[in-house]
Amino acid sequence: METTPLTLREVIKETVRHHLQVANGLAMGQCLTAVGWVGGTLPKLYEDNGMVELPMADVAGAGFAVGAALAGRRPIYVIRYQGFNWYNAPIIVNYACKSKEIWGRPCPMFIRSIAMEGGIGPVAGSSHHSIYYRMPGVKIYSPMTPSEYRTTYTDFMEGDDVFYVSEHRGAYHIADEYDDIIFEAPDYVLFPISITRLAAVEASRMLLNEGIRVAVHHIFRIKPFELKSTFIESLSKASCGGCVLDDDYVNGIAKCVAFDLGAAAGTNMSVLGLEERSAGFSKSADNLPPTPEIIVSHVKNRLTR
Amino acid sequence: MNLSELLARDIYQRADLCRQFEVEVFKQVESKNIQLPVYLSAGQEYIAATLSVALEHLGIVNRQVFIQHRGHSTYLCFGGDIDGLILELLGRVGCTNGMGGSASIHSKEANIFGHDGLMGSHGPIAVGMAYSNKLPTLCFTGDAAAEEDYFLAAIGWASTKNLPMLFVVEDNNLSILTEKKVRRNWEMHEIARGFRMNAYDIEDCPEAIFESLDEHLFETPLLLNIRTNRLFWHAGAGIDSHDTPDRHLIFGERFTEDFRIETREKNSDILRSAWKRHL
Repeated sequence: METTPLTLREVIKETVRHHLQVANGLAMGQCLTAVGWVGGTLPKLYEDNGMVELPMADVAGAGFAVGAALAGRRPIYVIRYQGFNWYNAPIIVNYACKSKEIWGRPCPMFIRSIAMEGGIGPVAGSSHHSIYYRMPGVKIYSPMTPSEYRTTYTDFMEGDDVFYVSEHRGAYHIADEYDDIIFEAPDYVLFPISITRLAAVEASRMLLNEGIRVAVHHIFRIKPFELKSTFIESLSKASCGGCVLDDDYVNGIAKCVAFDLGAAAGTNMSVLGLEERSAGFSKSADNLPPTPEIIVSHVKNRLTR
Repeated sequence: MNLSELLARDIYQRADLCRQFEVEVFKQVESKNIQLPVYLSAGQEYIAATLSVALEHLGIVNRQVFIQHRGHSTYLCFGGDIDGLILELLGRVGCTNGMGGSASIHSKEANIFGHDGLMGSHGPIAVGMAYSNKLPTLCFTGDAAAEEDYFLAAIGWASTKNLPMLFVVEDNNLSILTEKKVRRNWEMHEIARGFRMNAYDIEDCPEAIFESLDEHLFETPLLLNIRTNRLFWHAGAGIDSHDTPDRHLIFGERFTEDFRIETREKNSDILRSAWKRHL
């Protein structure tokens, strides 16, 4: 019998259910059991099952989750908008991420940090994974597909690290996997992160229609950065280098990854991400990740240099 | 809970060890054998000495203790290893493998959790841990760190969830040298009561501390704001208040001179041997 593949949303929900009902874990956060159940990514479980509603005190809430991690409950800590990490990050990065190194006490926690964008203003929009990137003791993954999410959870459960899992609501409907797009002799190479992966695939298709071969290597494990041999191979063959795409400001992960890739392949790299300005609520004032059209334009510009 | 004479002697002996330890650390700082910044707890040792003796007396052995900087006395009273602390202060591989210095010491064996340096962060962490494993949890903090907004939120959630918490605010009235009245117009025990938690504002005399530990200890959260007097600033540059009598001298008056001398000499021997092993 043919079965419908699960979407990312359903996989996240089942992962949380497994964590609470099988793995003796906790899920903690604000307004988890309210309408919507965080975009339909939580099972309908309550405090008796390990679904812990926290007060609306972001800094302390993250500290409660760190305490739960220290107690070995491996909390899944839900942050509904990545921008809220400006409040949530302090105790996580200064205690949980350092605890194993300073005191030999692992503090494993799974931070579900959720991005979205479009008309939600200067804080709530976009990914903000670069906040954590500069600090030691944290692993950063950005799974956009069901398989990637399962891998993320497995890696978390097999180790004892703090995981920052950069999710994006725009990917919750995805049921397919995304393979890298590889050409024998690419003109250019894209390394998209988070939701920009969808735009990168579309841009590659648009450019191929014009006879321009643009390889796409999806970046899912951000820190530690998984520098695959296929990345270097594509960059070495490409005539004009590559570009790292991100849903965050470029002065963070995007430039660091671009530096690593450029240094390894000995080629020119560029970056595309949020513009260096605050996002407003209106369409004209918003600050969105690069669209396929912007990527196409950027690639053509690089190729004609 | 009343303080018996036997327990009073335990407290005195424990506090005396802490006092002598801190005075020796100060000497080692002056002689430059210790070159890390140290945060001395001399003057405040009766808080940790009394609470550690009380918990042992009550048979509460599965407790977890969260401390912050100025925590040498708490570390020693709750079972931290002296040699490990000396090595750590000397900048070697000690109780925290050289990572802790004076401010971030810990002990796995004694279930003492170190502090990361972000003032007050251990409040929410302690509460999160108490929520998760339901074990008796002590959280020591200063009157300044307790002002951190997330520390106040931690008190609130401990009350909401009725957690087995004992918050201990070591209140010397100062943040560095800024007095409480400059910083705020409220007291910690009032805030805790506002969160519907039992709370008391007391002196650091063992009798008062004992009396504040009611029969519901760790069945419901409790906050003790304990007024105390720190003898040394960060590394012994001064004294908090010359007007405040020394608790160690006052409490010692209830014992015979022979007992005081015997205690001092016994602790002195322990510490002399320990320092000698590492200097």
